Amino acid sequence: MSASRLATGGSDIDRGCPLSFTFDDRRVEGFAGDTIASALLASGQAVVGRSFKYHRPRGIWGSGVEEPNALVDVESAVGRVPNARATTVQAAEGIRVRSVNASPTAETDRNAVLDRFARFLPAAFYYKTFMWPDWHLFEPRIRAMAGLGVVDPDWKPRQVSDQVNHHCDVLVVGAGPAGLAAAASAAAAGHSVVLVDDRTQPGGSLRHRGGEIDGVEGRAWVEAAVARLNSGGQLVLSDTTAFGLYDHNLVALNQRHADGRPDTLWRVRPRRIVLATGAIERPVPFANNDLPGILSADAALSYLRRHGVLVGRDIVVATNNDSAYEPALALAAAGASVMVVDCRREGGAQAKSGIRVLAGRTITAARGRNAVQGVLLDDGTTVAVDCVLVSGGWTPTVHLFSQAKGKLAWSDQLAAFIPGEAIEGIGVAGAVAGTVSLSEALASGVAAAGDFASSSPAPRGTGSEAMLGVVSLWPKPKAKGRVWIDYQSDVTAKDVELAVRENFVSVEHLKRYTTLGMATDQGKTSNLNGLALLADITGRGIPEVGTTTYRPPFTPVPFASLAGSRRGSMHAPVRRLPLEANHRAAGGVFQEYGGWLRPAYYGGGEAGASIQEEARRARQSVALFDGSTLGKIEVIGPRAAEFVDFIYYNTMSTLKPGHCRYGFMLSENGVVFDDGVLVRVDEHRFIVSCSSSHVAAVHARLEEWRQDRFGRDSVYIHNATAQYATLTVSGPNARQVVEALDLGAALDDASLPHMAVAAGRFAGDEVRIARVSFTGDRSYEISIRADRAEALWTRMRQEGRAFDAVLLGLESLMILRAEKGYIVIGKDTDGTTMPHDLGVAGPRTKRVNEFVGRRSLFTEAANSTNRNQLVGLAVREGEAPLATGAHGVEKGGSGLKSIGFVTSNYQSPTLGRPVALALIERGAARHGETIDVQHLGVVRQATIVAPCAFDPEGRRLHA
Amino acid sequence: MQLFPCPFCGPREESEFHYGGEAGNLRPDGEVTAERWAGYLHMRDNPKGPTREIWVHMTCGEFFAMSRDSVNHKVSGSSVLGDVEHGA
Repeated sequence: MSASRLATGGSDIDRGCPLSFTFDDRRVEGFAGDTIASALLASGQAVVGRSFKYHRPRGIWGSGVEEPNALVDVESAVGRVPNARATTVQAAEGIRVRSVNASPTAETDRNAVLDRFARFLPAAFYYKTFMWPDWHLFEPRIRAMAGLGVVDPDWKPRQVSDQVNHHCDVLVVGAGPAGLAAAASAAAAGHSVVLVDDRTQPGGSLRHRGGEIDGVEGRAWVEAAVARLNSGGQLVLSDTTAFGLYDHNLVALNQRHADGRPDTLWRVRPRRIVLATGAIERPVPFANNDLPGILSADAALSYLRRHGVLVGRDIVVATNNDSAYEPALALAAAGASVMVVDCRREGGAQAKSGIRVLAGRTITAARGRNAVQGVLLDDGTTVAVDCVLVSGGWTPTVHLFSQAKGKLAWSDQLAAFIPGEAIEGIGVAGAVAGTVSLSEALASGVAAAGDFASSSPAPRGTGSEAMLGVVSLWPKPKAKGRVWIDYQSDVTAKDVELAVRENFVSVEHLKRYTTLGMATDQGKTSNLNGLALLADITGRGIPEVGTTTYRPPFTPVPFASLAGSRRGSMHAPVRRLPLEANHRAAGGVFQEYGGWLRPAYYGGGEAGASIQEEARRARQSVALFDGSTLGKIEVIGPRAAEFVDFIYYNTMSTLKPGHCRYGFMLSENGVVFDDGVLVRVDEHRFIVSCSSSHVAAVHARLEEWRQDRFGRDSVYIHNATAQYATLTVSGPNARQVVEALDLGAALDDASLPHMAVAAGRFAGDEVRIARVSFTGDRSYEISIRADRAEALWTRMRQEGRAFDAVLLGLESLMILRAEKGYIVIGKDTDGTTMPHDLGVAGPRTKRVNEFVGRRSLFTEAANSTNRNQLVGLAVREGEAPLATGAHGVEKGGSGLKSIGFVTSNYQSPTLGRPVALALIERGAARHGETIDVQHLGVVRQATIVAPCAFDPEGRRLHA
Repeated sequence: MQLFPCPFCGPREESEFHYGGEAGNLRPDGEVTAERWAGYLHMRDNPKGPTREIWVHMTCGEFFAMSRDSVNHKVSGSSVLGDVEHGA
């Protein structure tokens, strides 16, 4: 191949603006407006990469998104982008470009020898070979040898990708003649229009193919049309790919920026979509049709007209249609020697002087090693060439239409699938709709705008109109040599034949077995040739074989663009305590618990020792704890009491104002969903205190039952969790500390006994004092406006000093509650645990009115006598704690059978021994029994005991 | 991304909604057979084509009934929960 830059020409490049970059560490010169591909071609670089599997040398094939070969890793000031298509990335000063799957360079790849062993590596070889003794012995080396670009694991974005939501009347995808006609017509009718094109310059085929519209030369018409849209305030986005079409007309766009900004993601919701996405030229099947120097004929014309690059000197053009004649004539006029090999017996209708046409002939094979050097024709003659241009017909770019669940129809005339029955809200126009001439394309553009088009007539082509006259030239079975179908996945015609022999005859199976169409280009150039061959071998028609499913994205989209700002700490933002800064100042070490960032323990010491110390001191005098995350959902209204009765397993309507009661909420399947304390503030007002991580879910359930069963007028629900901080004082001396806070409420045990609630004031703010306990010691939970909590906390710590008060993190609190056998829902219960498994059977047997989950408590499973029940487990003196998740086991059947598992375990500093909670089969009736507990193959013994290991009489709660 | 019409807030993206179940699955109160209760808990029609479902718009907290097509995803309308579907 001897591609070179011509002295003149190239509409897209600015010869006054030279630039240079490196390719595989070699310096490449180019001009502003070059793509990496056009600059590489101009510099004579024939081999630009190595193939995925066989390490075959590969050159540039196309000029746009369809490019199967020229994948490169691009490193610039912005970062490294793997597997970029050299044909769509603009060349820029100083960027470093590397070929993929090649080492050290594309030209001198040391794995090139693999191609000689190709017959041992057919489709799906890894299902058949390298099996003995173990595939995993071979896998790492095989994986290292195969593949494409390299991801930079240390990549960090310098900037967050913008994400834009946009609404408009009409979104037009593709700024070729059809798309421009659609956009212009909708804009003229007064509608808002967004026009997007994945190229840097609008115009589509008009930028490199001839054409005249309404008497104006094609490119001038494009510029005028775009200028009118811009001046009319319409949005024209270049370098922007519409990569996904989703439900209800949502179109996702990825916009690339030349100035180094990260890509922008657009979510556009238009009232109408016009798809003017064009068509992609197909390769022509012959042996070695993947050699560098074999290009799409249309791409060659594009490089000539847009970049002033002549792709070869001695050129053969292989075609089955008329569209290759314009490139052939143009390259001949530019100085190349050109011969057309047209498989049609009558040749091209447009054959003109200056080029030789061999009609009724095809190429059988290409010759050459690292670049094409000659072709063998079907009449046995050979022709020396340095470049072969191919045009096997055009495949409409139906991807977005198919993503919208549009059905395709086969067109014999075009030898391609085109959009079938129209989809509401979506129009198709131009080559994707199967038009050939410019006039047809323009008219289809206006028609595709539907109700949004203006009444003015569509523009018309006024020059000579394009013809196609395509005939089928599909790959044939039993061809000699290796005929490439999918360049990027390295799939040959023989692989397709092999798949059929092994009965993979469905197109979806063929795809997965051979990987045809599964590379990053998703088979844009290869799919139709592949399924045509499948149809031939299996004796079916192409429409009968059908296509595989088209899914987003149309081209790869950077994760950074999809993620936008939802990364790092913004990926799943944590909820924060109002007093976080105070806890940090006190040495709090924070962890996330159920979406909340909370102090795990305090102090700079070793975690285990600090936690033990907190738990030990909490039992001695007094402890302070921030329980602000506890749910505080208010239930208000004339039917509030009836409502909480229905919601809770326990009867709550008998609760007296100023008191609170512990209870369970069940799901309708009878399983314990949440537990907590319900406060009755007055006759018609309750406060549901639920688990910290369950607040949103509990709130949603309350709303569901309220709206579904009680109606909006009789109960009102308000989630006040974030409005209040709840600060807890616990321990034998808790009352003395709370008294010192001077809250103005009577705290003696007659006025405020355990499970009673009082109102007080602190610094002018109302506070609620609830005597409930999660530690087993006398506790006061004081709730105050979140924004005034700091003063109360500071005062508590001051008053606590006289009593050697300790700050409790969540970890030590967990020890205290486990000592008491208090459960955490979801930890000490699972998706089968019912209230009677937890020892709370009273409401099940006694309640007569309806409540959530009631009927499920009397099913056969619920009545079973061997349910897992909550117990404590004790180990022999001096032994270490059991592991959470360890299974109780006993002999059953042929081996061991599980009889439940350990749910919580801690070393108790107060008791000086481990405490554990477990769900064990028939556990409630087995207190005193010793069972085997197995963990990671080690079996230990443990004795079943009551869940409560500390102060079972509850003296400390009341004393 | 589908657009669902919340009867209170207007059209919003589907990510703001949670599915609440098939409409008309009335809760049987009181003494019912295990079969009837299991039907309420577990048995669903899962229709192909037109469906009527309960959804909740998480951002406003309101439950409502929505009619849509489970094949082509067209939404034909939504309505506030009324006494007809879910008696008080």
